Amino acid sequence: MKVTLKVWRQKNRNTPGSFKTYESPELNENMSFLEMLDVVNEALANRGEEPIAFDHDCREGICGTCSLVIDGKPHGPHKGIATCQTYMRSFKDGDEIVVEPFRAKAFPLIKDLVCDRKAFDRIQHAGGFITVRTGAAPDANSIPVPKENADLAMDAAQCIGCGACVAACKNASAMLFVSAKISHLGLMPQGQPERYKRAKAMVDQMDAEGFGACTVTGSCEAVCPKEISLDFIARMNRDYGVALLKGDPKAIKGGGAG
Amino acid sequence: MNIVDRIWNSSLGKKYLMALTGGALFVFLIGHLVGNLQVFGPPDLINGYAHFLKSKPGLLWGARLGLLACVALHIASAVTLAQLNAAARPQPYATKGAYGASKASQYMLPTGVVIAAFVVYHLAHFTVLLPGVNGVGDFTKLKTVLHGEEIPDVYAMMVLGLQVPWVCVFYLIAQALLFTHLGHGLAAMFQSLGFRDHVWWPRIQCFAKAASIALLIGYSIIPVAICLRVVGSDYVERKKYDLKAANSQPAPALVAVQGKEAK
Ligand code: HEM
Ligand code: FES
Repeated sequence: MKVTLKVWRQKNRNTPGSFKTYESPELNENMSFLEMLDVVNEALANRGEEPIAFDHDCREGICGTCSLVIDGKPHGPHKGIATCQTYMRSFKDGDEIVVEPFRAKAFPLIKDLVCDRKAFDRIQHAGGFITVRTGAAPDANSIPVPKENADLAMDAAQCIGCGACVAACKNASAMLFVSAKISHLGLMPQGQPERYKRAKAMVDQMDAEGFGACTVTGSCEAVCPKEISLDFIARMNRDYGVALLKGDPKAIKGGGAG
Repeated sequence: MNIVDRIWNSSLGKKYLMALTGGALFVFLIGHLVGNLQVFGPPDLINGYAHFLKSKPGLLWGARLGLLACVALHIASAVTLAQLNAAARPQPYATKGAYGASKASQYMLPTGVVIAAFVVYHLAHFTVLLPGVNGVGDFTKLKTVLHGEEIPDVYAMMVLGLQVPWVCVFYLIAQALLFTHLGHGLAAMFQSLGFRDHVWWPRIQCFAKAASIALLIGYSIIPVAICLRVVGSDYVERKKYDLKAANSQPAPALVAVQGKEAK
């Protein structure tokens, strides 16, 4: 099979970009979308043209590095699948496929289809952790966790931080990502001591990064390769509301020892 | 930072405001509808009710100011959030975005703006009684007698006002948009306030649908029934006749009743 690609090309952040159209070489329909791009790039390189830059790493749907908005939907036509797990058999011979980068102010473009998603890392650094000493692994079941909570926490922890939620949202809101990170810790007993502080810190960082607000359109949930539920956004709203009402904790003078 | 600051300066804080004020306006809409549906009873029913409201200025003005504050906060947070959201994606996609999003959820601001325009018109029409906007005449002249007291004839005003076809159509358009606004907004309200999980979400969506349909029907049957002359037309015709009989000169009230031809 062959396809026509209409791809966003942009040299760097400060040079305006535009769409370029490429005919693919002959493809195997069992190639992944990224392998198809590899083949197109090889042909470009052989012609002495600059290959199309795109993000990828694990290519097995677990790292969250691949991106791309394919025909208007982040991660391509399927539900619950990342771009790297999208195969050319999902397209027809002769199709024109429009490929754009994730677009958001908080995800500035680096080159072609690659954007900078470090805003997510900064949100994680603001509170997406549990402050405990690491040490030997504790005994299994030494801290009881209700099964429902463990399941929900695992659902939230599936988030691979790819940013498709931001890319899909008409407001470029990061709330699905942030709520998944807040929830997967906040649902566990180990996450309780910092639960409200964490929600406040991560939401505040999210706002500072310039993401939009949620209008409950549900696009994020619809494109999420891990099918994270909007329920978690409601949970985050609850925790953040409590944090707002509580206010900042009393400042402690001196060391915390003892 | 004090709590007002904390709420106003965070995206989630503004969502809480939007949800709370939207919820308050929704509760008002229910009460207002129950009041208005009395137009299907005898004229004295709604006239007496309106007179009762007017006779409690403290209550009336308290409610009016509260509603005004809700509308102002709702619009202020809607507009500032919309600016934030627009700024969050400076470069749009070439392809159609918003995958999986309902139309209602994407057009909350436009539907809200038309509703706001309608509210302004509605206040000028039936609260301030600006004669210029109703296409009929001076509604302040419409009086009736209840228990020996002369009071405004709200029943005649509603009937005369909504018999005008273009007014009726505008009312219906506003109701249709309110229906889409609330069909999404009432469910979103629970989400914004954090009251949602996998068990409650289907119920919440069901409630939002049912409540928005109920308001659509309730608010639409009034102008439709009046415009189709099902309600009140014999009353206003009699009123025109009485006024004519009492007065060979067109009385001031008759100008209101007969509309432009009388001038
Ligand atoms: C009768 C009047 C109104 C009622 C009952 C009402 C009700 C609601 C409700 C319940 C919500 C959901 C809040 C949330 O998302 O958490 C909402 C959202 C919204 N309303 Fe209204 N509203 C009214 C008028 C207006 C007006 C006049 C505007 C004009 C600008 C407006 C603009 C919006 C916008 C932009 C949203 C945001 C939608 C979102 O974020 O999902 N509304 N409204
Ligand atoms: S490349 Fe790792 S998830 Fe797609």
